[in-house]
Amino acid sequence: MTTIKTVARDRTVTHFVSRVLFTLVLVIVSLFFALPMVWLILAPFDATPSLTVSWPDWTLDNFVRLAENPYAMRSILNSLILGVGTMALVIVLGALASYAMSRISIPGRDGILYALLLLSSIVTGTAAMVPTFQLINQLQLINTHVGVILVLAGGILPTVIFILKDFMDSIPKSYEESARLYGAGPFRILKDVVVPIARPGLAFIAIWTIVQVWGNFLVPFLLLRTPDMQPAAVLMYTFYTESGQADLRLISAFSLVFSVPVLLIYFFVNRRYGFRFHGGIKS
Amino acid sequence: MTEATMSAGSVRAPRRRRAEDVAGLGRARATLFAAPGLLLIGLFLLFPAIWTVYLGMTNYRLTGFAAANPEFVGLDNFATALNDPRFWNSLWLTLVFVLVSGIIGQTILGFSLAWMLRNVRPGIKTFVETLVLAAWVIPASVASFLWLALLDRRTGTLNSLLGTEGAAWLIQHPMECIIIFNIWVGTAFSMQLFSSAISAVPPSQLESARMVGANTWQQLRDVILPNIKGHLLTNTLLITLWTFNTFTPYLLTAGGPNGQTDILSVYIYQTAIPGGQLGLGAAISLIMLLINLVIALMYTRVSRGKSGKKVRS
Repeated sequence: MTTIKTVARDRTVTHFVSRVLFTLVLVIVSLFFALPMVWLILAPFDATPSLTVSWPDWTLDNFVRLAENPYAMRSILNSLILGVGTMALVIVLGALASYAMSRISIPGRDGILYALLLLSSIVTGTAAMVPTFQLINQLQLINTHVGVILVLAGGILPTVIFILKDFMDSIPKSYEESARLYGAGPFRILKDVVVPIARPGLAFIAIWTIVQVWGNFLVPFLLLRTPDMQPAAVLMYTFYTESGQADLRLISAFSLVFSVPVLLIYFFVNRRYGFRFHGGIKS
Repeated sequence: MTEATMSAGSVRAPRRRRAEDVAGLGRARATLFAAPGLLLIGLFLLFPAIWTVYLGMTNYRLTGFAAANPEFVGLDNFATALNDPRFWNSLWLTLVFVLVSGIIGQTILGFSLAWMLRNVRPGIKTFVETLVLAAWVIPASVASFLWLALLDRRTGTLNSLLGTEGAAWLIQHPMECIIIFNIWVGTAFSMQLFSSAISAVPPSQLESARMVGANTWQQLRDVILPNIKGHLLTNTLLITLWTFNTFTPYLLTAGGPNGQTDILSVYIYQTAIPGGQLGLGAAISLIMLLINLVIALMYTRVSRGKSGKKVRS
């Protein structure tokens, strides 16, 4: 009798202890991830933010201050230019190439696709920064948005073609057949038949590209020299390294305004498309 | 022209082509469609990689005489790099960084999170997952400032929480800082990968393991691990590749103090751009490209091996 009771009690005790331990570990891990982010949520609304997390003296003045800072606004515009520019280039070239690759089978097509994908994972921004810098230098595109867009698009395009080809493959060919019967040429068919059907895929690529470019630090840091050309990712770094006394009211508001769009887009895309599309050229 | 000759030449080809090429694209026009994209990739992705080989054998500099008139110096740059203790220090730091923050840290923490969250209440699961994912999505330059604020010597939140006034984490323990920072940033990937891998394990197998009295540890070892072996390998190789190529620690420590966090990506940058030694920088880049090539080839082999399963792009 007594032994059974002890065993039973031991079971409950072990169970209880393991529940407590489990909860404790989960709380600690959550704290680890949350702790640095609390500042991002509170400091922008604090009239006198410091680096320490503290309950704010609520205000929206910091955002007014941000809106009045010409460099900050300019840099967000630059981020948009780079994002939209790269996106447009990648969508047009990617749609054309993936459509051609989907509809015409040349020998070794899949091999080429895999080779391109492999290439884009090997030739990363970090590993190729010296030749990329030198190439853009020789093309006299240093400190231009075009240079940054070309480099970013070159790195993203293999993945884009790979994903878009999947979409193109899944489009039923009967639509194109009927369009052709009515005398539409290939370009017309692509523009008026294929692109409208592939719109979800193209929209996904557009969003994904903008998110990738928005956060990219290294390429614009390397290729853009003056603050009036730099995107927010680079100017943010300049703000907290080069100014003697960092202006925390400006930096905190800037951090939040700069982060919120990608956070929103990301959770939207994640919910909608699932895990398949994580990662990529994030480096 | 080609179309006509081809359909006349063979009987089977046109039927197969009709099935594929419904828009009447034809090879010539298809090439035209694909050309701009492939040209861009060729010029801004493939060419730099190949050019690195040549650049690495010159004494190119950013400014001065050698900028306008670079000379071919053969393998001198490689000899310089291989004889430079700074290079070996950098390689060693990179190894430690990849191993501890990527392969061990992110993988173990990501797996533990996936395992712990698999049957907690949905609300809690979403909350924790959102936190971990947010750390991965926040742009690198913001994330690093958040950590600078957390670790600040005088007014950092960590010091005020621990009561360690004036502890200069980034100066006293710089390597530990960038390792923990990188775990914070990157764990989301492993967590998501393992979470989908664990949910694909047949519940019946876990059920029977539990029936014969296997404890959690035994279930993990004998049921889960054999089932997710492929994912584990994929995870390790991708994490290795990404951690090896990250430049973000630069935003936190800029390689310092005294080169204590001088990982390979930072070392290349410091040598080539502020240091102006483009030739030497290119030589080290080539070494980095070759290491990337090896990791990527291993990854292709692994993902080809488990044919039929979806390959992550």
